[in-house]
Amino acid sequence: MQQEAAIREPLILGNKSYKDITDDVVGPIQGAAPLGWKVMITISSMVAFYGVGCILYLIGTGIGVWGLNKTVGWAWDITNFVWWVGIGHAGTLISAVLLLFRQKWRMAINRSAEAMTIFAVIMAAVFPGIHMGRIWVSYWVLPLPNQFGSLWVNFNSPLLWDVFAISTYFSVSLVFWYIGLIPDFATIRDRMTKPLQKKIYSILSFGWSGRAKNWTRFEEVSLVLAGIATPLVFSVHSIVSMDFATSVIPGWHTTIFPPYFVSGAVFSGFAMVQTLLLIMRKAMHLENYIHTKHVEYMNIVIIVTGSIVGVAYLTELFISWYSGVEYESYAFINRFSGPYSLSYWAMMTCNVISPQLFWIKKIRRSLVATFILSIVVNIGMWFERYVIILTSLHRDYVPSSWSEFNATSIDVGIFIGTLGIFFTLFLLFARFFPVLALNELKTILKSSGEEQKRLQADAKSNTNA
Amino acid sequence: MESTKKVFHVMYDDDDKLMAAAQALVAKGIRIKDVYSPFPVHGIDPVIGIKRTRLAIASFMYAMTGTSLALLGMWYFMIQDWPMNIGGKPSFSLIENLPAFVPVTFEFTVLCGAHGMAITYLLRNGTLPGMPASNPDPRTTDDKFVMEILTDENDMDAAGLESAVKETDVMEVSIKEYAA
Repeated sequence: MQQEAAIREPLILGNKSYKDITDDVVGPIQGAAPLGWKVMITISSMVAFYGVGCILYLIGTGIGVWGLNKTVGWAWDITNFVWWVGIGHAGTLISAVLLLFRQKWRMAINRSAEAMTIFAVIMAAVFPGIHMGRIWVSYWVLPLPNQFGSLWVNFNSPLLWDVFAISTYFSVSLVFWYIGLIPDFATIRDRMTKPLQKKIYSILSFGWSGRAKNWTRFEEVSLVLAGIATPLVFSVHSIVSMDFATSVIPGWHTTIFPPYFVSGAVFSGFAMVQTLLLIMRKAMHLENYIHTKHVEYMNIVIIVTGSIVGVAYLTELFISWYSGVEYESYAFINRFSGPYSLSYWAMMTCNVISPQLFWIKKIRRSLVATFILSIVVNIGMWFERYVIILTSLHRDYVPSSWSEFNATSIDVGIFIGTLGIFFTLFLLFARFFPVLALNELKTILKSSGEEQKRLQADAKSNTNA
Repeated sequence: MESTKKVFHVMYDDDDKLMAAAQALVAKGIRIKDVYSPFPVHGIDPVIGIKRTRLAIASFMYAMTGTSLALLGMWYFMIQDWPMNIGGKPSFSLIENLPAFVPVTFEFTVLCGAHGMAITYLLRNGTLPGMPASNPDPRTTDDKFVMEILTDENDMDAAGLESAVKETDVMEVSIKEYAA
């Protein structure tokens, strides 16, 4: 059995057995839905329906119902797209990168973080889809033979790379998540007593039996998928950043974009994981599995990535002056003092200053402070994308084309609507799916459980005496 | 030897007990057919004679297929079938256009490697939607560990096996007859 240093904080608190882990996670699925869940899903699904209504109105009328104009062709839509994709990145980082680094603390949070990834990527994909205007011809993004002789899509364009990156990312994340879920669905299947529930989980579990060979393959698949999902997650946001970086727009065509976007994505993603998990652990009584130490680890990731983002902001600013390109330096002066300077300073405060509070151990380990700051970071990262996209676009090379952008109610409605759809999906997940990776948690119980660690320490001190 | 064939399902309540028992039984020359557990028991595979899986090799081959298909496709679409001069950067040779093709090649490699491996994994495990579960006891997906031993695969008779099994730190033993 693997030993762990006694000084390391336990990851599973209390005196838990394998059975307790199953009971704690499967119990809420078997029981009736709590009132709080019903209230939350009612609100979020109403918001979701409103959002779907706005989307249908947009598709029916045309994208003129957004505040876009000839100069500002991208605004809230692409801001929301980048924001959602960025949020998705934390899930893959937790499940893939932390698996490669053998970080045991990821096991309490990976399942829900991956679920968050999948739902966030779905929300992200909505925006380029509806931004096309004619969503019914969205299959034109694929290289399909056509009646134009065949005229192919342009493989030199980052927008097409995005199609491949996002669809690969979504489908690989989904498969990775589902393969991890299969053994846990089997656990639920074997506990369910009502025939209908048993039947449903039996189908979902694909007939998993937990043979030794199955587990060997399971671990190999998890490891290899983690290995290929790691470069994938970095490539996806790099490619998203190239949508901007390969253009000739001042403020966009900077080589710093790929690493800057990737760390920004991880930063915002971890903030969203914190927001969701701090509520979920309380509502589902998972305090023994997701506790202060997990929150602290995630806050450390937030400081690191937040600081990288801060350095990137300052680098951009310095280079815009140092390059001596007047368009470039104007773009940045306009960012912090132009008509959208409020957004710029909101971004600076939320993303650069606020995460630095996590250097203080008391704040880093405080759940209330973490919850508030995680929301601040989410807001800040939305403003980051808004600032990058809007301030660079609204000033053209030709001053007669200068313009402003004002969001319409449909802009706002669709964004709020995607939040509603996202939370509806997440609430359904929390109700019917195993929210912790049961089989993985059981493997770390003996090395990282609180009671198990105490017994080991006792045994050690007895032998020394 | 008895004419009927028997299957032993030996249950343990802890992975360490299972591991110790498996080692003790194998040392006596008993062949353990399979182990059912709620999570991967590390180190059990070599004891009961399970070979390393070749899924990773399969994944590599799927991935290389993806790389080749992506490059072949882009060569055909962009170079062979309809070459275009985009912004003074003509696409008349694959090698000159290669940098622009790297992202899609990478994504397609990952796509084929990951999905090829996942499909192979599901097929090899026999885990597909609607498949029946074959674990002998529902508790094996919760907190119990079961060893499966067949009299058919062992030289020892059922009585001998039973006494050998009972010497380990066992929780429950179920012996069933089955038709070969």
